[in-house]
Amino acid sequence: MHGMSPTIKVEELRKAYGELRAVDGVSFDVQPGEFFGILGPNGAGKTTTLEMMEGLRKPDSGSVTLFGESPWPRNPRLLPRIGVQLQASAFFERLTAREQIRTFASLYGVSARKADEWLAVVGLEDMAGKRNEDLSGGQQQRLSIACALAHGPDLVFLDEPTSGLDPQARRNLWDVLRDISAQGRTVVLTTHYLDEAESLCDRVAIMDHGRILESGPPATLVRDLDAPTRISVETGTITAEAARGLADGLEVSDDGVSLTIATRTPAPVLSALAERDALRGLSVRGATLEDVFLHLTGREYRA
Amino acid sequence: MTSFVSLSSAMARGFFRDRTALFFTILFPLMFLVLFGGLFKDAGASKTDILQIGAVPVVDQLPAEAAAGLDQVLAVTRTSDRAAALEEVRKGDKAAAIEQVGGELIVHYSAADAVKAATVRGIVESLVQQANLAAAGVTTPAVTLRTQPVEDQSLKAIQYMTPGLLGWAIATGATFGAALTLVTWRQKKILRRLRLSPVPLASVIGARVAVSIAIAGAQCAMFIGVALLPYFGLQLSDQWWAFIPVMIAGTLAFLSIGLVAGAASKTPEAASAIANLITLPMAFLSGAFFPLDGAPKWLQQLSEFFPLKHLVSSMQDVMVRGESFAVTLPDIGLLLGFTVVLAGIAAFLFRWDDA
Repeated sequence: MHGMSPTIKVEELRKAYGELRAVDGVSFDVQPGEFFGILGPNGAGKTTTLEMMEGLRKPDSGSVTLFGESPWPRNPRLLPRIGVQLQASAFFERLTAREQIRTFASLYGVSARKADEWLAVVGLEDMAGKRNEDLSGGQQQRLSIACALAHGPDLVFLDEPTSGLDPQARRNLWDVLRDISAQGRTVVLTTHYLDEAESLCDRVAIMDHGRILESGPPATLVRDLDAPTRISVETGTITAEAARGLADGLEVSDDGVSLTIATRTPAPVLSALAERDALRGLSVRGATLEDVFLHLTGREYRA
Repeated sequence: MTSFVSLSSAMARGFFRDRTALFFTILFPLMFLVLFGGLFKDAGASKTDILQIGAVPVVDQLPAEAAAGLDQVLAVTRTSDRAAALEEVRKGDKAAAIEQVGGELIVHYSAADAVKAATVRGIVESLVQQANLAAAGVTTPAVTLRTQPVEDQSLKAIQYMTPGLLGWAIATGATFGAALTLVTWRQKKILRRLRLSPVPLASVIGARVAVSIAIAGAQCAMFIGVALLPYFGLQLSDQWWAFIPVMIAGTLAFLSIGLVAGAASKTPEAASAIANLITLPMAFLSGAFFPLDGAPKWLQQLSEFFPLKHLVSSMQDVMVRGESFAVTLPDIGLLLGFTVVLAGIAAFLFRWDDA
């Protein structure tokens, strides 16, 4: 990373709406080719931060540079290099999927043929003749992403691309997003889904109340938390008392459905359980970003 | 340029696939034309209806040329039922009944409509004089009378209504088109999306202008096409095509009104309400629906401030009153000036985004 200039540089960004400090001193860099996630509950200031990065809003103070240039005011040199998928999918009314993407592509001087290829990339070639009003939520999101990418931008902003989608549609979209990143583009994503950030992002910034609480690769954040591993089996498989005797320093709880053992050394506990043939309904869960959030804010994560 | 073309085509497709918009911009005004064109088909003609009871040699024996002249001003219905004829005059269905008893020509008229009665008396008197002159052997009278209707007053309803309703249709089409595009594009974040693309604002507005002019052109084609049907019988003047520049200037003027309405409102409902508030009263006060000739003077003066008045009167001038292209130039200038001022206000109020 040293010596390489960052694709995005955000310094001490602030934006207030009246009394509400929506973004309150945010700084971070995004390196070329990185998949960067801004994570946080609704109202954390993610979208406002993103909109200032895109040049849609003027920061009260602080600065944003993309490829070394300021996106505000509307900067025509930057616009062809960035692709934006908005939170609400912005489509022309009563146009088919093919007409939508061709219209957007032509705004960047991209040919209709090239635009059609993008429909195939997001798996919508069968829906090309359908109007956007007739597409499902997941299909609209994919079309919206295709429209954002049709001109081959180096930097892509995605604002909550999977919100409102069913789990299957979300997974499908993740595959599309991984491909985009694998093509070498820099991607910035906001999401309130912790699993999404964990699964997709090289690096995340966890935001709450307009500030970044912590940032780094999801695995590092989780590892640094040094949280115990939770081993659960079905209640009745083993008594709480017996469980406590499996090893030293175990925390055992039983909610009547499963018995959970919290430990920092899961291996001996698991083998002891196996010896007793007490593995019915076994699940092993390490710490997640959810635990990181809990640790940082002292409260449960609620999207 | 490509962005202008693709935005225009996206906008045009969106419009032509919107049945409600199509109905209100094209079919709805056309329904007015068909309805009123049919209702007032025979009204507005300056002919006066009279009855002729039995034989009236003074009229019956008119030379062909004079008879044709008479036809222009009087519609004569022959009847033999004297009592029924007089009753019709009394009820006001006919302006007068004439009969000849020997050397006496009698005009029965109702005092209720003094103007028409006077018209008929005047015409019949001239007939009597002509007959007397002929009887006295004067075959080439020193002075002859030729009645020539003044174009304005002889405008049949369809002649008046086609440009009037067309002007109103263009005005509503352009105002609503611009206002609703601006608001829905802002609300649906299309403007925001466009702002994030390298498209110049001029292309976005240019596309709206092009689509509105195309829609106005379609409205004109439909209106004139329907009005020209023999049933309605529109008669176009020689330089009727000179309405095209007027139409374009009018479209621009109402586009700019629509842009102001759209820039000032946050929801399509508000934009429609403002557009209605502007175009509907203006249609009544600008002579689009009915002539202002009989309206109070203050109203006639007020109407001069409305762009629709200039659009409609200029279109009437060249389409049906036989005026030349040059007559429309002051109105075109006014409409364009109006456009510049309102477009400036719209640009001042313009926002890419809601927040």
